[in-house]
Amino acid sequence: MMGMPITIEGVDNNACFSDIDQAFAYFDYVDHTFSTYKPQSEISCINRGELKLEDAGDDMQTIFRLAEQTKQATHGFFDIHHGDSVDPSGIVKGWAIEQVSQLLQRLEWKNFTVEAGGDIAVVGHFSGTTPWKVGVRHPFEIEKIVKVLSISNLGVATSGTYLRGHHIYNPRNGDVVVADIASLTVIGPNIYEADRFATAAFAMGSQGIQFIENLAGFEGYMIDSHGTATLTTGFDHYCLPS
Amino acid sequence: MKKIVISSLVVLAFVAYVLRSRFGGDQTATPTSNAAATNVVLGTPPVTYKDGTYTGSVADAFYGNIQVKAIITGAKITDVQFLQYPSDRSNSVRINTVAMPLLRQEALQVQTANVQTITGATASSGAFVQSLQSALSQAQV
Repeated sequence: MMGMPITIEGVDNNACFSDIDQAFAYFDYVDHTFSTYKPQSEISCINRGELKLEDAGDDMQTIFRLAEQTKQATHGFFDIHHGDSVDPSGIVKGWAIEQVSQLLQRLEWKNFTVEAGGDIAVVGHFSGTTPWKVGVRHPFEIEKIVKVLSISNLGVATSGTYLRGHHIYNPRNGDVVVADIASLTVIGPNIYEADRFATAAFAMGSQGIQFIENLAGFEGYMIDSHGTATLTTGFDHYCLPS
Repeated sequence: MKKIVISSLVVLAFVAYVLRSRFGGDQTATPTSNAAATNVVLGTPPVTYKDGTYTGSVADAFYGNIQVKAIITGAKITDVQFLQYPSDRSNSVRINTVAMPLLRQEALQVQTANVQTITGATASSGAFVQSLQSALSQAQV
């Protein structure tokens, strides 16, 4: 996907170039189908009224169905409909990473990660019985990490920015206009699940971490604009000691 | 076969590096470097700005674009407004804050361990920094 760094890392002996080519070709396909910034994409045709959903491809119909499910599951905090247009990007990225993860598993990959824009599918182990180590980026000092997760066969997604609303958070002089959430990292059963609930819970503001707490099979790590982190009760289970 | 795998990793890591570099800008040659721009966000710009409103370049984030407008008053950045923002990270939905649950809290602590991969919303923040930097470069005296 243009402009979004994608990294595939595999440690299996049987992995080869052509597998990786297939994976990247799939990301290209997703971008050409679902990008609202490409006039020729299927979603752009739908938004211009030139294509009806029922005439669109199976994947488009799947995404609309999954988006509706997610809207129900998040009390409306997740919604791909914005006025007259539809922007499914909040669900497509995690879904696409999960599709590529499943593609690689069909190609006999057993131990690998697929990372796109900071959202990660983690499959198998890094080495022997040692899980993969995933850093959680510091929201204000992007060269640093604040947590090290030790995980296998899960998805990790982070929603967040430096910013809330129209105001800049300024960590040096304390010029905080809106005390709010800087980032929310969610660990879930796979990257599709982690990403969609991270996106929805982030939109809930400071309530989002409680939403994750109440969600079976998910853990979360919320960092507010003051640099205080709030953890769900099982999050520590995945953290390596500092 | 092992050799092929290792080679492919190097190539991919390089591609990712190039893309990341493009996001953050060239660290040495252009004013949109990540390091310089981060300093601006953190509030210690080493330059003076002319009062006015400046529109930044459109910068590529995940699936969408970010473009900001910087408002300079009294030679300081007094506001930054979004002209474009990817809607999946939209802040338009809010609910009232009620009492926080009894979840554990902690102060952020920087870690030094080596990791294989990193989670974080880097692309959109990088795009923001890029757009803001281009707006501010117009405002420099």
